[in-house]
Amino acid sequence: MLSRGGCSQEKAGKLQRLTHTSSNSASRAAGLAQNLPSREKLLWMYERLTLIREFEERLKWLVETGVPVGAVHYYTGQEACAVGVCAALEPGDWIASTHRGHGHCIAKGVEVHRMMAELYGKTTGSNRAKGGSMHITDVRVGMLGVNPIVGMGVTHAVGAALSAKVRKTSQVAAAFFGEGGASIGAVHEAMNLAAIWKLPVLFVCENNGYAQATPVEYAVSVRRIADRAAAYSMPGVTVDGQDAIAVWEASAAAVERARRGQGPSLIECMTYRYYGHHQGDDTGRYRPREEEQSARDRDCIRRFREQTLDQHLLTATELDAIEAANRKKIDEAVAFAESSPLPQPADLFTHVYVPARDGEQK
Amino acid sequence: MTTTAARELSFGQAINEAIRQEMRRDPKIIVMGEDVAGAAGRAHLGFVDAWGGPLRATRGLITEFGPERILDTPIAEMGFLGAGVGAAMSGLRPIVEIMFVDLIGCCYDQIMNQAAKMHYMMGGQVELPLVIRTAYGTRGGDNRTYGGGAGAQHSQTLYAVLAHIPGLKVVVPSTAYNAKGLTISAIRDNGPVIILEHKFLGLRAKGPVPEESYTLPIGSAQIVRRGRDVTLCGIGRMTHICSEAADSLSAEGIDAEVVDVLTLSPLDEGTILESVSRTRRLVVVDEDTPVCSVARELFGTGA
Ligand SMILES: Cc1ncc(C[n+]2csc(CCOP(=O)(O)OP(=O)(O)O)c2C)c(N)n1
Repeated sequence: MLSRGGCSQEKAGKLQRLTHTSSNSASRAAGLAQNLPSREKLLWMYERLTLIREFEERLKWLVETGVPVGAVHYYTGQEACAVGVCAALEPGDWIASTHRGHGHCIAKGVEVHRMMAELYGKTTGSNRAKGGSMHITDVRVGMLGVNPIVGMGVTHAVGAALSAKVRKTSQVAAAFFGEGGASIGAVHEAMNLAAIWKLPVLFVCENNGYAQATPVEYAVSVRRIADRAAAYSMPGVTVDGQDAIAVWEASAAAVERARRGQGPSLIECMTYRYYGHHQGDDTGRYRPREEEQSARDRDCIRRFREQTLDQHLLTATELDAIEAANRKKIDEAVAFAESSPLPQPADLFTHVYVPARDGEQK
Repeated sequence: MTTTAARELSFGQAINEAIRQEMRRDPKIIVMGEDVAGAAGRAHLGFVDAWGGPLRATRGLITEFGPERILDTPIAEMGFLGAGVGAAMSGLRPIVEIMFVDLIGCCYDQIMNQAAKMHYMMGGQVELPLVIRTAYGTRGGDNRTYGGGAGAQHSQTLYAVLAHIPGLKVVVPSTAYNAKGLTISAIRDNGPVIILEHKFLGLRAKGPVPEESYTLPIGSAQIVRRGRDVTLCGIGRMTHICSEAADSLSAEGIDAEVVDVLTLSPLDEGTILESVSRTRRLVVVDEDTPVCSVARELFGTGA
């Protein structure tokens, strides 16, 4: 894989790791080099991985058949990053996301019918049709927002972690950003803040190799984004971002560290986006077909399935049932979105100002 | 100036030609921005020129001028726009692209405190031949009423927060023809000029553009249609809406004049006042939010 050095082919377990204490006897028994999430968690992970995939594939189909769902950036291929990180979080924890945010939303528990309605610009959408793909937010599940101003979500996650620290809760915040976003100054400012204040943050860089058509080896001065952690005195690891369990393992260790009050960590997930930067982008202008194929050969869903079946952790019947249920869920989400009402012109003027007093504005 | 036949060019192609002709003329001109070329550093793999900016206005420049003069940047607006300011103070004439005007928040200091004020604060010691190009507005679907679904952070106009800054010239072309002429003028200007290019026009507007290089004056509005009864003032894409409105009005027996503002700062008050003094009526069509807007400024001028 070009200058990305085939890292993602290595076993996550061989890569530099955070030290952590939790270990799982099942994984030991199975002779795995890594810890394993519980069986329930594994089932949850497969459900989320495939739900994201199904959501994005359906969305792509909708876009291609001319349904006006706005500007979209498909997350397909990167599912293991969002799911691996969120598998290590609790419902009360926070995440902040990027323009490529559908996967983060689903992994954190945003309901897909409300997401779909938001994409359709319907009032039943997560943001009441005021956001669209690039702003999906659901604070009830700790999802602080998809954010298309590159890098800005990272600062908000740091703020949420500050809030947790000041309010003395045990919450942590995960900030997702791309390797392109790693060049934004505010991301560095935020990392320094989190480090000096020992804030409970996971900086999760999804290194998919490209910022639009700009390759990482051109735009980034270090070989690994994780190397930058040293500049902020925090642990930095690079993991295989197409291995959900490896991402979970690194995240679980970082979460534990954060909850112990030891401050932030940086996790770089080596991953790949299967499609263009946004709908309609032709990747053939900037990346080799063989590279695309090799990423697909390491598909995170297929690998998860193989891993869990080979180790007899889950059964094919269980996994197939999950996929069928997800297809139905997405069918229902589309039907819900289609049958929901469009906003009225007057809705443009609601929520412009935050009400000064409770109940002043709905 | 010998005039060659004008060909039809798109808005983006007209800007491309303006930059290309100026770069041939002046080796001090460089272009910087995110994916102004695309696939940076991958020529050895057979990939060059993969993107060309949001309106494809810089596509193909790298094959003619090479990566020393056509610089793809990391996503670091504050940094590379600042580098543009410094380069403009020290012998280059940078053209910096901020992909969308919505992103100026990430580099506003470079515009407001740095580029715009250097010449004044330093007592005229430095000139600042910097051009900032940025796409604004909604991309728009086929249906005019549909804005593209990009949401509140990718659909803005924002020229009012630029026109407010002393020392910065703010230009909003509306056709392929004036986009080329104004871009060349901006490049030749020795001070900072920001050009706002409407996304909808960039991807859809086409018009006759002469092949040779030409300039149009920054600071001049243009009367694009003569009329007696009312002055319709438009900015960028809205000028086209004004012209359509003038057509409909003429069917109703109302003779509308259309003024294309073209430069928001410095504003051509003379042309607007002269028009309004004849028609006695002014309608401004602006897609920006109204508070402290250029529309209000135009009303203030016409009142
Ligand atoms: C501050 C800012 N600059 C530029 C853009 C335009 N833009 C949107 S996404 C993107 C590339 C982001 O790349 P990366 O962070 O690696 O995320 P990926 O798209 O690979 O998920 C760019 C340049 C933006 N939205 N915000």
